[in-house]
Amino acid sequence: MTEQTAARPFTAAAFNQYLKENKLMGARCAGCGAIYLPPRSICPACHASAMEWVELSGKGVLAGFTVITNGPTFMTKAGYGRDNPYISGIVKLAEGPGISARILGLDAKAPETIKIGTPLSVEFLTQGEAEARKTYLAFRA
Amino acid sequence: MTKHSSLPRGVAVVGAGMCKFGAFPEKSSRDLFVEAYQDMIKSIDKGFDPEIIETIYTGNYSSDLFEGQGHTAPLIVDAIGLAPRPAVRVEDACASGGAALRQGIIAVASGMFDAVLVGGYEKMTNLPTSQVTDALGTAADTLFENPAGFTFPGFYAAIATAYMQKYGMTPQHLMKVALKNHENGALNPKAQFNMTIPDWMKGRVEAAIKKGKPAPSWQTVWDFLQDDAANPMIAWPLRLFDCSPVTDGAAAVLLVPAERAHEFTDAPVYVIGTGQASDVALHSRTDLTTLNAAKIAAHTAYEMAGVTPDDIRIAEVHDCFTIAEIVASEDLGFFAPGDGYRMADEGVTSRLGPKPINTSGGLKAKGHPVGASGVAQIIELWKQMRGEAGDRQVPGDVPLALTENVGATGTTCVVNIFERR
Repeated sequence: MTEQTAARPFTAAAFNQYLKENKLMGARCAGCGAIYLPPRSICPACHASAMEWVELSGKGVLAGFTVITNGPTFMTKAGYGRDNPYISGIVKLAEGPGISARILGLDAKAPETIKIGTPLSVEFLTQGEAEARKTYLAFRA
Repeated sequence: MTKHSSLPRGVAVVGAGMCKFGAFPEKSSRDLFVEAYQDMIKSIDKGFDPEIIETIYTGNYSSDLFEGQGHTAPLIVDAIGLAPRPAVRVEDACASGGAALRQGIIAVASGMFDAVLVGGYEKMTNLPTSQVTDALGTAADTLFENPAGFTFPGFYAAIATAYMQKYGMTPQHLMKVALKNHENGALNPKAQFNMTIPDWMKGRVEAAIKKGKPAPSWQTVWDFLQDDAANPMIAWPLRLFDCSPVTDGAAAVLLVPAERAHEFTDAPVYVIGTGQASDVALHSRTDLTTLNAAKIAAHTAYEMAGVTPDDIRIAEVHDCFTIAEIVASEDLGFFAPGDGYRMADEGVTSRLGPKPINTSGGLKAKGHPVGASGVAQIIELWKQMRGEAGDRQVPGDVPLALTENVGATGTTCVVNIFERR
C-alpha cells in the first residue's frame, strides 16, 4: 500500500475518487481483519478505528435485482425510462461484503430470464454530462 | 444490549382519530392534522379538556421536501391551540409515526408526563410523481445505494426477487396481497382507495365505453392485473398495484397512564409492548428475504408484553409494497420463513381468516402519508379492539393486536403491542 492510498480518509468522496481511477476499494480492519464495502472508519465487529484501504477482486454474484422503468431524476436525465429500462442490483462480492450497483450485460427487457447467483465482474461506468459526469459502480455478467 | 423488562408505568390509548386519506390540493399538512385531532377528540368517550395535554410528539418524514416547510412541530401545536407546550418532530422515514408513538409511550411510561398527544402527518401530493420518487429516495443511503439507480419500489423489488428465488413465490402471489388489502379498504370510509380491484376494473371498462373507446378485453381480475397498460411495471416484478400510493393524511392519538385511563373511557386500549431496532443498508445484509430490525423490534415487544405471535388476533403491518406484507408476516413470527406468501394465497390473512392483516386496507389501499402511517395503524386497532370498525369489524373479541412500522428498507422498524382488557 502506498503512502497516498493509506492517507485517504474512509469517506464516500475517497471511494468515488477510487472509482474514477477504476479501482474498487474497500476498508479492512487492521484489528480483526474484517473487510467492509462501502468503506467505513469504525469497525462494527471490534469497534477499532484502525482501517486500511484494500483493493477488491471485483468478482461477485447477483443477490437481488430489479428492472426499473420509473427511475430517479438523474437516471431519467441520462435517457432511461419505460422504453429504456435499466437493472439495479445487489452484488455479493467474493470477499464477503455486498454492494448496490448498476448491472450490465443482462437483458433489462426480459427480467424473467435474469437469475440470482449470476457471476459478475466489476465495471466502471461513466455517465452524465459536464458537472454531473461521474463514475458509477457497475457489474457486468 | 436490549432490556426486555415491562414498561415502568402502564400506558393507555384513550383517544384515536384520523382525517380522510387521499389527495387534497387545498389542504396543508397542518390542515390535515387539525382534522385528525378533531376526530381524535370525538373518540374520547368521556370527553377531555385539551389543557391537560403536556407535550406533543409528531411523526413527519419530510414536510421540507414535500411542502417546502421545515420545523412543523410548533406550527402543528399552534394550529390546535396548544402553544407553548413542547413539541418534537420525530423523523425515521416511513417509520416516523411509529417512532413518535414510541417516544410518547416512553414519555408516559417514564412517569414524566400524564397526557401526551402523538401525531403523524404528511402532505405528499403537491409534487409530481418524479419528485416524490426523489424525495422518498433520500430515506435510503444517497451516497452508496442511490447511485445504483435504485428507487424505493426498486429496493423492495430486489427483496422480492431474492424471495422468489429462495421460496418459489411468483408475482401472482404478490397480487393476492393487493386484492385483499383493497377488499378491506373498500370497507374503510377513510381509505384513499375505498374500492376493490374488481370494482376498479369495472370502472375502467365503463369509462372506456362511455368515451366511445373499445372496451378492454379483461375476462378476470388477473387479466387486468397482468395488463401492462392497466397495471404498468414500476420495478420488476412490482407493478403499480403492488405499490402503496402517494397520499395526504394525518392521524392523532392521546396517551395517558394506565391508572388514569378510566377518567377518559371505559374501553381503553393498553400499550403493553414496544420495540424498535435499526439495520444496515440492504446490500450489507446476509439475507435479503427478511428484515432483521423487524425481527428484533418484534422480539423486544413480545418479551415486554409477555405474549407470543400466536396470541396476536390482528395486525396492521407496513405494506408499502405487497412483498413487504409477506416478509412482515414472517418477521413478526406469525408464519415460518417462506410460508408468508402461501398464507396470503390461502386467505389466512384475510379479514375473515384466522390471522387478519391490514383490516384497514393497509398502506396499500388506505394510503401511505409516510409520517402519518405509523400512527394511523393505531386508529384501526383502536376501532377493531373496541368493536367500532363497522362493516370491516373482525368476528369475535380482539384482546391483543400489533403494529409494525418500517422506515426505508427496514433500516428502522418499530413494533407496538396493544391489549384490550
